[in-house]
Amino acid sequence: MVLQRASVVLVALGFIGFAFLMAGPRAGLLVMVGLGFGLVLEGLRFGFAGPWRMIVTDRDGRGVLAQLIAIALVAAVAFPLLAANPTELAPAHAPVGLAMILGAFVFGAAMQIVMGCGSGTLVNAGSGNLGGLLALLGFIAGSFAGTLHLGWWVGLGSLPVASLQGLFGANLGLVLTLAGLGLVGALTIFYAAPGKRLPPRRLWIAAALIAALALANLVIAGQPWGIVYGLGLWGAKLAQAGGADLAQTAFWVAPGNAERLASSVLTDVTSLTNIGLLIGAFAVMRWRASPGAQTQALTLGSYGGVVLAALVLGYSARMAFGCNVGAFFSGISTGSVHGWVWMIAAFAGSVMGIKLRAVVLRPVAPRGVAA
Amino acid sequence: MSARISRPMVGFLALLAIALILAVDLATSAPPDLFTAPPAFALGSGQAPGGAHCSGS
Repeated sequence: MVLQRASVVLVALGFIGFAFLMAGPRAGLLVMVGLGFGLVLEGLRFGFAGPWRMIVTDRDGRGVLAQLIAIALVAAVAFPLLAANPTELAPAHAPVGLAMILGAFVFGAAMQIVMGCGSGTLVNAGSGNLGGLLALLGFIAGSFAGTLHLGWWVGLGSLPVASLQGLFGANLGLVLTLAGLGLVGALTIFYAAPGKRLPPRRLWIAAALIAALALANLVIAGQPWGIVYGLGLWGAKLAQAGGADLAQTAFWVAPGNAERLASSVLTDVTSLTNIGLLIGAFAVMRWRASPGAQTQALTLGSYGGVVLAALVLGYSARMAFGCNVGAFFSGISTGSVHGWVWMIAAFAGSVMGIKLRAVVLRPVAPRGVAA
Repeated sequence: MSARISRPMVGFLALLAIALILAVDLATSAPPDLFTAPPAFALGSGQAPGGAHCSGS
């Protein structure tokens, strides 16, 4: 056990040191932030897709409330920080559009089938969930595919980028954000069953830690926490290595994206935190005396369904300008109107996805039982 | 199928997948230049954020 835990520390510190030596102090710090996310998400069982399912199926609002608390904590600090440092820090603002709303709806449905959202897929893969690993591969491919058609989707119609601080100023924008989160929280508490309303101590601590890490991400990287961009970049790197000519695609010839594609992923913010997050989840799983049982075995067709749903998950996250992290968590906490629209559309999709789960996810029949 | 594949084994496969992506990246991309690496913290650096985010197009 001591040797096993020592090896976990070695893997974590080794990658921090590798990023630091290869790409500088910011890269090392961002890996540490990602590791923190992984440790908290897996260690304290803080999630996004699961609580969105539990509020519907079990009228359990504790996880949703913890999410809202974390977002509110980030917003309370991020709004004044962004207002005071507009040239050094950037918010997660994106336009509301037809494709964005459709993408968020589809993402919400797919994340219930995949059993994980943007961050959840990385956590699941790192903590040894077989479906999570398959989903991660599908997510990478899907988020890359989404970049190839993003211009067409945006062309279907979208509004100008709108933010609450842009519309009402930083102070009133923050008040409206906190009021909006409070309203959603009140509705959650009202709908939840008795005994399933207020988060337990574990989730309060997790919410505070996630908020602190998200703010560290903002201060170190100059941008909020995100997931999908890095996964799409990995897909693009692999496609290019396989001979794909991305110079013909509008997304990857855009100056910022072309620079990311030509540079090492060790210089990409979301790649660094994503890798750290996965290693953090792996570390928690290996640190435990028992790693726990593998998730219930599914039929081969169901595993195929998980990969397909993960492809859709990645693709729709690009359409929606982010996943539960980049759009919902970081969008709302930095004042983006698209974050609120994302939440409504994705929740509606999530309700549909919960119904589809039983159709797609079919467990293998126990041995000796006729099919 | 998954009953025969333990969590640690899947976790190691996930790390291996990341290592493969990094290997492909290091073999095909320009290596990072430590002399042009950004300051540790964006806040207070005086520089505009240059990273890419999911909310961008």
